[in-house]
Formats: sequence, C-alpha cells, structure tokens
Amino acid sequence: MTPQGWLAIGAYFVALLLLAKPLGEHVARVWSGEQTKLDRVLGPLERAIYRASGLRERADMDWKRYAKAFVLFHLVGTLFLYALQRLQGALPVGFGQADAIGPHSAFNTAISFVTNTNWQGYAGEAVMSPVTQMLGLGVQNSVSAASGMAVLAALARGFARRSASGLGNFWTDLVRSTVYVLLPSSIVLALVLVSQGVVQTFETRATVQLLDPIEVVASAPIDAQELVLGPVASQVAIKQLGTNGGGYYNANSAHPLENPTPASNVLECLSILLLPAALCFTFGAMVRDRRQGVALLVTMLVLFVPCVAAVYAAESGAPPALHAPGVDVAAGADRPGGNMEGKEVRHGIAASALWAASTTAASNGSVNAMHDSFTPLGGLVTLVLMQLGEVVFGGVGSGLYGMILFAIVAVFLAGLMVGRTPEYLGKKIGIFEMQMASLAILAPCAIVLVGTAVAVATPAGRASIANPGAHGFSEVLYAFSSAGNNNGSAFAGLNAGTAFFDVALGLAMFGARFLVALPVLAIAGSLAAKKTVPPGAGTLPTHGPLFVFLLASVVVLVGALTFVPALALGPIVEHVQMGR
Amino acid sequence: MRNAPKPERTPLLNRPLARRAALEALAKLDPRRQARNPVMFLVWVGAALTTVLAVQPAFGRGEERFTFVLAIAGWLWATLYFANFAEALAEGRGKAQAESLRKTRRDVVAKKLARPERGAEHTLTPATSLRKGDPVLVEAGDVVPCDGTVIDGIASVDESAITGESAPVIRESGGDRSSVTGGTRVLSDWLVVRVVANPGEAFLDRMIALVEGARRGRTPNETALFVLLASLTIVFLLATATLRPFSAFAVEASGAGRAVSLTVLVALLVCLIPTTIGGLLSAIGIAGMDRMIQANVIANSGRAVEAAGDVDVLLLDKTGTITLGNRQAAEFVPAHGVTAEALADAAQLASLADETPEGRSIVVLAKERHGLRERALNELGATFIPFSAQTRMSGVDFDGREIRKGAADAIADYVSWHDGAFPADVRAAVERIARGGGTPLVVAERARVLGVLHLKDVVKGGIRERFVELRRMGIKTVMITGDNPLTAAAIAAEAGVDDFLAQATPERKLELIRDYQSRGHLVAMAGDGTNDAPALAQADVGVAMNSGTQAAKEAGNLIDLDSNPTKLIEIVAVGKQMLMTRGALTTFSIANDVAKYFAILPAAFAATYPELGGLDPMHLASPTSAVLSAVIFNALIIVVLIPLALRGVRYRPIGAQALLRRNLLVYGLGGLVAPFAGIKAIDVVLNGLGLA
Repeated sequence: MTPQGWLAIGAYFVALLLLAKPLGEHVARVWSGEQTKLDRVLGPLERAIYRASGLRERADMDWKRYAKAFVLFHLVGTLFLYALQRLQGALPVGFGQADAIGPHSAFNTAISFVTNTNWQGYAGEAVMSPVTQMLGLGVQNSVSAASGMAVLAALARGFARRSASGLGNFWTDLVRSTVYVLLPSSIVLALVLVSQGVVQTFETRATVQLLDPIEVVASAPIDAQELVLGPVASQVAIKQLGTNGGGYYNANSAHPLENPTPASNVLECLSILLLPAALCFTFGAMVRDRRQGVALLVTMLVLFVPCVAAVYAAESGAPPALHAPGVDVAAGADRPGGNMEGKEVRHGIAASALWAASTTAASNGSVNAMHDSFTPLGGLVTLVLMQLGEVVFGGVGSGLYGMILFAIVAVFLAGLMVGRTPEYLGKKIGIFEMQMASLAILAPCAIVLVGTAVAVATPAGRASIANPGAHGFSEVLYAFSSAGNNNGSAFAGLNAGTAFFDVALGLAMFGARFLVALPVLAIAGSLAAKKTVPPGAGTLPTHGPLFVFLLASVVVLVGALTFVPALALGPIVEHVQMGR
Repeated sequence: MRNAPKPERTPLLNRPLARRAALEALAKLDPRRQARNPVMFLVWVGAALTTVLAVQPAFGRGEERFTFVLAIAGWLWATLYFANFAEALAEGRGKAQAESLRKTRRDVVAKKLARPERGAEHTLTPATSLRKGDPVLVEAGDVVPCDGTVIDGIASVDESAITGESAPVIRESGGDRSSVTGGTRVLSDWLVVRVVANPGEAFLDRMIALVEGARRGRTPNETALFVLLASLTIVFLLATATLRPFSAFAVEASGAGRAVSLTVLVALLVCLIPTTIGGLLSAIGIAGMDRMIQANVIANSGRAVEAAGDVDVLLLDKTGTITLGNRQAAEFVPAHGVTAEALADAAQLASLADETPEGRSIVVLAKERHGLRERALNELGATFIPFSAQTRMSGVDFDGREIRKGAADAIADYVSWHDGAFPADVRAAVERIARGGGTPLVVAERARVLGVLHLKDVVKGGIRERFVELRRMGIKTVMITGDNPLTAAAIAAEAGVDDFLAQATPERKLELIRDYQSRGHLVAMAGDGTNDAPALAQADVGVAMNSGTQAAKEAGNLIDLDSNPTKLIEIVAVGKQMLMTRGALTTFSIANDVAKYFAILPAAFAATYPELGGLDPMHLASPTSAVLSAVIFNALIIVVLIPLALRGVRYRPIGAQALLRRNLLVYGLGGLVAPFAGIKAIDVVLNGLGLA
C-alpha cells in the first residue's frame, strides 16, 4: 500500500460524487418528462423512435402492464440475440467472417446480455462477428441497462404517487433513458477513449511489426503480429456505463486496445459506478426528499469503502510463497510489490484493486485484472460484494431497487422495534410488500447456493473444475454468484464454455433478473395505490445515520448468514491454508 | 377506577399455572399442531430425523456417536417443548381469567314478558333460550339474563362482575345509559329490557372467548413477520442443505475427513433458523391481548390492538374527558358603583335554591371569597323563580326585592323592561369573559345591573400532563366540543390539546375523521353516546365506554370497562409493546446466528479442514461439545426469554429514533454478544461434568 495509491482511491470517490449529483438530477428530469438541454438535439431522435416503432399509446401503465412490457421486451431481445448469433455466418452483411455460435453458448450469451449480466462464455474477438457485436451485444448493452432504469423509475413513482394505479409507461421510460442518458454519456466517453488510443474502426484485422522479433528455432523469426480490430471504443463506453461488463476482447479491460492508458483506466473505472451512484440522487428527487437518496448512497459507500480498502490491503501483501529468498515483495519506486499475478503492470495494485471492488459491487463484471489470481482474501471480497445481492451500487437501476428491497426489510424490523406499523417514505409496509421483498431477496441466494451445489455434485459440473481443492470450489461459487446476481465477472480458471455451465448459468441469470425485477414492480404497484402517511413524532426517520447503520447491517447480515458456510469452504480455508 | 379489577390480575407464573402449561406443552408436540408455524415445524422434523438417526449407531452404522446424536435429538425436542410451554403458559393465564368470568354466569331464569311493558304477564324462561328482540323484566335482586337495551324503567345496577367497579351505576331507558350487560345485577327498582344478543354472542361470551385466545387471528404485522421468518428459514434451509455436497466436494479435494454428518447439519439448521422468535411469537400475541384485558379493555380483535399502536390522531370529547362535567363560578365582576360583596350577596341569594352544579358553585364561591353564609330561603320568606326557557333567567323574590341572574342579553331585556340601562363597563366585562372561554352570567336587581359572574370550565387535574405524554408518543390530540370557537380555543389552550373542533355535530365529527384519514392519519376516538356511533365506526380505533349505549359499543372496536377516555394512552402503549416485543426478539434471534456460526462451522469441518478451528474465538473443547453447546444454548434461550415475551418490552415515549437506538443496542448488540458467552459457559459445564 502506498500513499499515492490511497490518494488515487480518495480522488476517485471525490470525482464520482461530483459527477453523480448533476447526472442524477438530469435523469430525474428525463423520467419526469421535463425539458432538458439535450431536447433540442435528441428530441427528434426520440420522436423518430416512437414513429418508427408505431408506439402511439404512451399512457400510464399499472404494474401488471408495466411488468408485461418488461418481460415481453426481454423475451424478444433474447430471441433476436439468439437468432443473430446462430445466423451470423449466413448474414449477407458482415464485415469479418465468423461461424455460427453453438446453441448452448448462444442461449447463454443471449440471456447474459439481455439481463444486463454480460457473463461471457466465449472469446469475443474470436467468435463474434462485428455485426453481432454491434447490433446484438452493443444494443443490448444499452437497452438492458435502460430497462433496469425503467423498473427503478416505476418504483420511485410508486413511492411518490398516492392512491394511484399508474407507474408510468415502460416504453417511454426505456426510450427516454436510452436517448437522453445512456446514448449521450456513452458518446462522450467513447470519444474520450478514442483519444486515449482505444480502437474504433470497421476494419477487422491489422498487422503490425513487432519491436522485438521473436527468435524461433529452425524457422524464420516472428516479426509481425496480427491484431483483431473493430468498433471497440463505442462498446467499451456502454459496457462500462451500463454496468454490462462484456468486453470486446476476451481479456476485457486488461486488453491494451480496450484500456490503454492510466487516463482511460480512471475514466472506465469511474464509469462503472457513475450511473448507479447518480440514480440515488435521481431517486431522492423523484420521491421529493433528496435526503432519502443520499442516505441510500451513503449506505452503499459505508459498505463499499471498507471493501476497497480490504482488497487493496490484501493485494498489497504478498502471499507467503512469494517470500522466497531473492523476491522483494515490498513496494518501492521501481516496483509495485505485493501480489502482481494477473495484474497489468501499467495499472498497478491500487487501480486493479479499486476496479475489482467496483466491478463486483456494481454488477458490471468488466475486469482490468484477473480475479482468479487475487489473494484468497481479495477474491473473498469480490465474491461477497456479489453475494450481497448486487445492491452495493449494483446494476444500473437494478442495484438501487435491490437496495430499496433491503430498506423495506430494514424498515420493517425498525418499525417493529419502535412499536409502529413500519412505513418507508410515507408508505405503510404491509404483508404484500414483505412477501415480495422476501421473494426478491431470497431468489438470488437460492440460485447461487443450489447452482453451486449441483455443479460440485454432478460429474458434468466437476469436469470443468481445473483447480483442485478449495480454489476450485471458489471458482464454481464465483461463477454462480456472478450469474445469480447478474454481475457477469468471472474468476476464470473454470471452463465455463460447456453445455452444463452454459445452460445452468443461463438459467441462473434469467432467474436473477426476473425474480427480482417482477416483485419490485409488484411492490411499486402496491405502494402507488396506498395513501401517504405524513411524518410525525412517532415516525422513524429513514435518512439519519441510525437508519443507514441498520440498513447496512441488514444487508451484511443477510449476505453473511447465507454464504458464510460456502465461503468457509472456499476462500476462507484457502487463506488459512496459505498462512501455514 | 381500577381499584378492584376483575378478571383478577394473574401473576406471571404460579404453581398451578406452570403445572398445567407443562402438561399442555406435551400435547402440543403433536405435529399437526406444529404445522401452523413453519419455523417450529422444521424443528419438529429435525427432532424426528435425529431421533431416527440415533437408532442407527445402535446397529453399528451411522455417521456419529450414539450418545451425541441422542443428545442432539433430546435437545431439539426440548427446544420444541420450551416453545410449547411458553405458548401454553400464555394461554393458561387467559384460561384462568375465563374461568373466573364463567363463575359469574349462573343459571339465570329470565322473566320473559308477553308484551314489552311492565304490567304484562311474564313466564319464567331459562336465559339460554332467550332470543334477540325478546322483552324481559328485571327486578331488584335479579341478575340481568342477557345483553340488552332498557326500553322502560330506571334502576341501579351492580356491574362489578364485568368491570370490577363496585359502585352501582344507573341504567334507564332512552339516552346514553340504556344498555345493560348480561351477568350484572339489578340492585333497586326495575327495568324492561329488550334482548339484543342471542345466547353465545353476548358480551360475556365474547370476553371469555377472547381471554381464552380462541378467536385470536393473526394480525397484519404478525403475518408480515411470519413472511420474513419463513423466508429466513428457507435461506438457512438452503444454506445447510447445500453444505452437504459442498463438504463432500471438499473431502474429495482435500482427501481428508468425511462430509458433514446429517446430525450436525440438522443441529446447524435448528440453531440458525429463528427459533427464538418463532417459538415465542404466539405467546407474545396472547400475552398482548392479556395485557389489554388487565387494563380492563376488551378488544374485538388483535388487529384493533395493533392499530392502536399506530394511532397518531386522538379525538376527545371536551365534557367529562378534558373538563369536569360542569362549569364553576370563578370570579365576581361588580358593575361601577357596586361593591363586590353586594354582588356576591345578590348572586348567592339568587342561587340559594338553584341546585344545578353551577348554582352550587356560586354559593360556595360567595362563601369562600366574602364569608357569606348560606341562608335558608324559607327563613327569608323568599320565593325561588326557577329558570325557564321563556325568560332564560332564574332568581329570587323576597322583601319586595327582585334579584335575577341570566345570560347578558336576557338580563338586558329585563332591565330595559324596568326602564334601566345596561352599563358599558358590564358589557365590556361580559365580552372579556366570553373571549377568555368563560361563560358570563349577569346579575341584576330590577333596573340596576349589579355585575357579572364568571363561570369557568374546569380542566381536569393531570390531563395536561397526559396530553404532553401523548405528544411525546407522536399522537396529536383534538378536542371536540359543542361550544363556540372562542370558548373552545380558550379551553383548548388551557388543557394543552393540539387542536379543537368547535360547534361539533355528529356530521362534523365524521367529516373531521374522514379528513384526517384521507391525509393518511390513523384516528382513534373515544365515545359513549348513540350519536357517537357513526364516528366510532369510522375511526380506525373506536373506544366505546362500557357505560355507553349498545349502539356505541357495537360501533367501537375496543370497549373500555372503566369508561375512562384517557385509557387510550394505555391502549396505545400495549399495542406498541406487542410490536416492539416481536421486533426485539426477531433482532435478537438473527443476531444470535453470528456466534452460532463461529461455534458450529469450525466444528463441522474439523475433520476436513482442521485449520478452520482457529476461527472459533470461544476455543470450545471439542467439535461435538461445540455443536451440542450451541444447540443447548438455542433451546435454553427460549426459556430465558419467556418472561420478556409475556411481560413485553417496555415502551417509553422518547421518540422513534431514540427508541430504535436503545432497542438495537440492547437486543441487537446484546444478541450478538450473549451467545458467545452463553455457548462458552455451556461448553465449560458440559466438559466439567464430563458429558461431552
């Protein structure tokens, strides 16, 4: 750990908060249908989309119609993406040549991108044609994030409205979130990334001369390398901003053409948390009590900052095996020290640790270092951040609505403890809300545990485990934690490209998306229909430090109590064994 | 008012109660009775499973030692038994009360009338065969055979069987005192009563059913809590069930030890699922209703009790609740040129024969302030002129003098008729008194106005403090009165209520309640009259006075046997207590799990990964004693918490934030720390006795 490292991490948080507030306020205006400065430029595009799609009816929907639209949109997206992958070789347009993707891999990838997970069981540059990357994956990167935002918008309206049935219009929320938020921000980010050297071209291949030719025995030295190119910058921008994480290249943001410079690294890392943090401000503005949004953001930070510190500390310490004679593991002017396995030298430990924590806290899943090579404790933190239900920042929209589910449970406990029927933001929390919140919190836990159990108990699952022992177990647990919470990052080391894992993880991602989003919409509908209770002396304020503490405790306790046994058999035992 | 409460206060625990509960608890081990509670049902399944497993080692098979499995099975059954005992104990207290109520009901023979009038011939009919609408005659010494409405007559009635209040009350036809309750006794005179409830539906029946807990449905908050507990149970079921394949994989990978045994998994599961709150939940609910009954309040449902805890607006009638029933003289304001003593003398003379409380208070005030003794009217040879609607004055004539007292405008007419003038200073005094919330009463002698009497509403002692307490609970008080707004405002300020409704009519009351409700408030109101019935029905919590009419009692969802409108403060506290006890024990139960993990997990994996043993901060003696200690702690903590469940967590009106901080500290932090100490202590004892 170095002072510079801590300083960089501190500066990161300052920049994040400075950017998140105005962006969040902007999103609130977009959702409320208000004029924004972007209307003049992008208004025609919005209207053109409505005209082209024949979307005339833009009236308020009740929660059931809203949910139907949400499901329909995901199903159509999945079918389209599946078809595109299966047919990409036969399409008349196509820049590079690529073969059709196999059925189970296509199934997995289709669900993965539509559910905003972006788990990748394939190597992007090797198997996906640029058309599939742009029309299929790139489009889903954007709209899967927008549909998560739409659900949050509906939930915010559920809190804000009283004795109403309408939650807004799903299609309008989807289009406006895409056109006024995701599109402009990713264009700006893409342009800046291009300036840093991220490629953006329709050329598919380039051959470059090696600076240092490789001597090969009994053959001419290798002096040239063929690079895979493509429209990378545009996809990197949205994969970061939309908490997608699916890289153009297999190495993701560790690849020099996706993330070449320290500046590009900072920007990409900042983009991971930007929208999830901004949406807290949006929520506060929508429910007309900004302190509530700030309280939720502070709760996320309270959980997140110690995790960043823990990863940074764990990775800065060198594992005992490195303490071999002659290895200098202390940080110095010319060396980073600590555990550099799987990390890019140009990023170093602080930037890699910050990225690892951010990408698992938010359900982004892009990486700039290989989590499989982290120390057991560093890896443990990334696992835990996902297992908490992707509510510490989490996915765009989905993270915050997940956190609000926990807030409902926390408010329920607090309400009982102060002797009053619980209420959150003026809405009484009744049986129905508790049923839905419990279901939504329970589902991802169940998916991760059952999925992992099936994988380690069946020959089909075991066949993919390359590393023996506790680490192999961690890899499987990581895969299901990632898919079962729509994160998408991978521990690698596990051969997930098999029929078993493609199908099992595909189902996990599917369940995690709908079993959370649909109960959330049901809660939104139920809340909107309720009256708003005015706050009084008996009301428990939900914006103070006490509530933040309670909420953070509930999140940690649910996560910890569910996964401690599994973690004990994975990273914890690994750590203990390593220390011997 | 609660000097002789009946049903009697039952101590928390006494020998016969405990003995009965101990037997009841055994009967409750029946799985069909456990099925209603998913948490405890799972414990039952676990106990049954381990019992079967305990047999295995006897045949040389099985994963664990025979004694260990047997001990686990035994303690799981004990866990169930303790939870059952808590429930049986709570129910037993209700049953004891129901029995004392039943004693009050004897085999009553009713005098059923042929026609609803006193002179009609009657037949002797057993009370159980009376039907709604039957007219019955009840005479001095008779027990009222049924709930009913008095349609003729007036009588004094001893209601101590129901209310515990030994002073007899008056019941008469018409008005707000027309309802009688079955089981009470007429002391004097007679009543003709129309039966309003069929046998089995009467008040006493409802009360017995209530205290026995027979009609106890789950309240909304209780159901919501059940949802949370059930989902936590499912999470823990998954976490422990998946541990078997996880550990099997670990065994294969490390090549050491064996997979976690079923017995340990069951033990871990039972320790993790919220058995503490799950086992005590129904006892808390029953005990809450019980506390209501101890406060002499009958609730129609647990829902009403729970709603009482949420109330944030309370409507109270002024008269009888906030003020004493009557106005009292407070001041003499003489007119210019008249001494105060002369005014007091005239006023006392005019009031000597006035038996109204106002009149009496004038006589007393004149005596106190000016030493004027009461005089007998007949000695003075005076004639009392009573109040009449035409003159709107009362007074006295003697020795050719003519003294009158009355409202300002009536006296103004009177003096002008005698060619007198109404002095300006008196008019000013009248206005000042009216503005201050008092009632001005002008005294005159023929053409001469002597001055003004200030009659004041007297606010009950201690009521202001109760309102302060209500405000601290977050409840807004609203006074309802028929007075004009000026008077109402003055009394409201003096009593310290937050708001008032002046010139109230039943319609305006109803409107006010609806208005508050539409703004999201939960409204409670207390009332006794028939004209209160619509408002009582509309209010979220309607407290009917037992002295009130049948209509009011049917409209309300709580009945206060003491007929004390400020009882709402206690009702609110009981409602809140019930929720708080559940919340506190839930938090405690969940916080306990952290320590149990630290005890059991290293023990469960001891054979595969012995290095995990370093994670146990308690340094428990052996893996088996670690698991057993956790299970024993889990069972014993239920017993330890039974008194808390029955008595309830104390409610203090210190604001939600402070209350939460306090309870989080006590039950959250306490729940985190206590099991570390408890499990370690049990481990030490087990090993000290050589049992593990």
